[in-house]
Amino acid sequence: MKDSVAARYWRTNLKIMAVLLLIWAVAGFGLGIIGAPALNEIRLGGFPLGFWFAQQGSIIVFVLLIGIYAALMNRVDDRHHRELQEERSGEAGK
Amino acid sequence: MSVSAWTYLFVGLSFSLYLGIAWRSRVRDTRGFFVAGRGVPAMANGMATAADWMSAASFISMAGLISMMGYAGGVYLMGWTGGYVLLALLLAPYLRKFGKFTVPDFIGDRYDSNIARVVAVLCAVFISFVYVAGQMRGVGVVFSRFLEVDINVGVVIGMAIVFVYATLGGMKGITWTQVAQYWVLITAFLVPAIAISIRLTGHALPQVGMGAELLDSASGGSVYLLDKLNQIHADLGFASYTDAFASERWNRLNVGLTALALMVGTAGLPHVLVRFYTVKNVKAARWSAFWALFFISMLYLTAPATAAFARYYMIDSLQGQSRQELPAWFESWEQTGLIAWFDDGDNRLRYSAGEDNEVFRSGSMAAARMQALATSHQRWLDGASGEDARPELREAGLSGPDRDIIVLATPEMAGLSAWIIALMAAGGLAAALSTASGLLLVVSSSVAHDLYYRIINPQASEARRLAVGRATIGLAVVVAGIFGIYPPGFVAEVVAFAFGLAAASFFPALVLGIFSRRVGTVPAVSGMVVGIGFTAAYIIGNRFFGMPAWCFGISAQAIGSVGMLLNFAVALLLVPFCKPPGPSVQQLIDRIREPEGSGPGVDIEIAPGQ
Repeated sequence: MKDSVAARYWRTNLKIMAVLLLIWAVAGFGLGIIGAPALNEIRLGGFPLGFWFAQQGSIIVFVLLIGIYAALMNRVDDRHHRELQEERSGEAGK
Repeated sequence: MSVSAWTYLFVGLSFSLYLGIAWRSRVRDTRGFFVAGRGVPAMANGMATAADWMSAASFISMAGLISMMGYAGGVYLMGWTGGYVLLALLLAPYLRKFGKFTVPDFIGDRYDSNIARVVAVLCAVFISFVYVAGQMRGVGVVFSRFLEVDINVGVVIGMAIVFVYATLGGMKGITWTQVAQYWVLITAFLVPAIAISIRLTGHALPQVGMGAELLDSASGGSVYLLDKLNQIHADLGFASYTDAFASERWNRLNVGLTALALMVGTAGLPHVLVRFYTVKNVKAARWSAFWALFFISMLYLTAPATAAFARYYMIDSLQGQSRQELPAWFESWEQTGLIAWFDDGDNRLRYSAGEDNEVFRSGSMAAARMQALATSHQRWLDGASGEDARPELREAGLSGPDRDIIVLATPEMAGLSAWIIALMAAGGLAAALSTASGLLLVVSSSVAHDLYYRIINPQASEARRLAVGRATIGLAVVVAGIFGIYPPGFVAEVVAFAFGLAAASFFPALVLGIFSRRVGTVPAVSGMVVGIGFTAAYIIGNRFFGMPAWCFGISAQAIGSVGMLLNFAVALLLVPFCKPPGPSVQQLIDRIREPEGSGPGVDIEIAPGQ
């Protein structure tokens, strides 16, 4: 029983990580590098968009990603903590 | 007050602040010495990490590098920030949960092998020394440029300061000093950037100003700064500022792989990793990574704006001017050799990418040779027997101003008063000293903890280990200072080496150690050895022995990415043939994955002096 709580926690963790790392790759390598020449055709005020992503946008995305990760994972940690406690009190009640 | 009076005042004030903090947070045990007693709040640790990370190179050279490279400068911006995402998601929380002192500690315990531990110690020491040599040199350069003292005297002063607060306070002293150093360096960086942004575009936010229209455009109509810059570049024969992959050297593959190598290298640098051992718990480690990148992004989002402003302003205020019309800052920086003008005889300065370029730098050329060239060039101009110096300088690759001038001269370009220029000196020193101290601590902990305590003398008492720690850090300061005074002539190459090694050694070993249960000693050590061996051979061969970039034309800076992939590949391919890790290691893996029950932080060391 204890194993499945830990395993569930680990699966949630891996899922969150995979999604965020995908966004990381798309923002940094996709928009900032691979797609930069195409995006440079689009303008954001005085910025060609590909250039903006390489020098500004990607960094902003990176900061946000870590913020989201910390907020989400710390909440998952709390839930995990509650589940472990319930499980322990359940075992004690038997 | 003169610039140098202000500089002495600011540098003196900031140095006494650092020493005061060190005195208040002096430590008595090894936990305080190596990991600050594990009581540093997330936000303060983030700030310290930011100061630790942003070196003299980030502060003085990066904006200039971007200024010269245009779009491709983005590899440094993305590379040195994107690594924190990897660090936060893949490493920081688990290393905190593991809860020992150093990175070699983790490698040694997880792979249950002293060979792995020693390989990790060697990598950590090598990477740190490579880095710290550059920092000590940076301290000397700042002193010599702003205070006109000899470079070596500057290095010695820097050594003395680091020696005092690092041996006294260990990680704890270093942490709180770095928090103070962050504020000094970020203020010094932002104030001139904001001032030049207001002057050129009327926007107080440099990030907005960079994409805005120029205030007084010669053509009368409103022109975007970046468009104007592209147009100037086209007129003078330089590659476009905003176009991607404008030069052969920075093609798509090299831009991508360099960014990746820098990211992965960042995530594998021991002096950054060790900072996450110092926070209270796993949750604080996550927030701490967020704050670290947040504080770093303050500088990294501003640097590209400074780069574009200074590039435009520099060309605009110099091009076509006669000797008498040149702005005052040109002359003051001409004396330092960062910029030099070799006229073709028409008394009009011309900066271009072609053979008619007249702007050079002294760079690595000996001062005497530079002087001789200038004299001979002047004779040539006067119609006497001298010689045109420009072809020789062009041959030597010294066309254009030194990139450091972009940051160093920005306050003067923006017409700021003397005290701001002095603030830059204090900022540059803060950047160099904070990074140097973090690195020296890694050297000390690797030798005193991993090598001495874990391998040579496991029975050593607490007092003895602390003494060995202090002695190594003292010795490391002296060695670093000697490197600063007699710099190896290949610092830039060696820094690429440090990132490549961190990428090819630590990162895969750490990630596999946390996320795979099946990778044991043999695959991990073979992976590290192959990764390091390949990366080292490629960089040394390419940079020192003229070996062509045979691997798809990948540059030495980018090869760490390939080394990392090789490390992963070798380790994973060997897994089916090797014994999986034993039960004690399986328990260790379970323990670091489980967020509950991390060791407590120590209350008394939450703030200095309490």
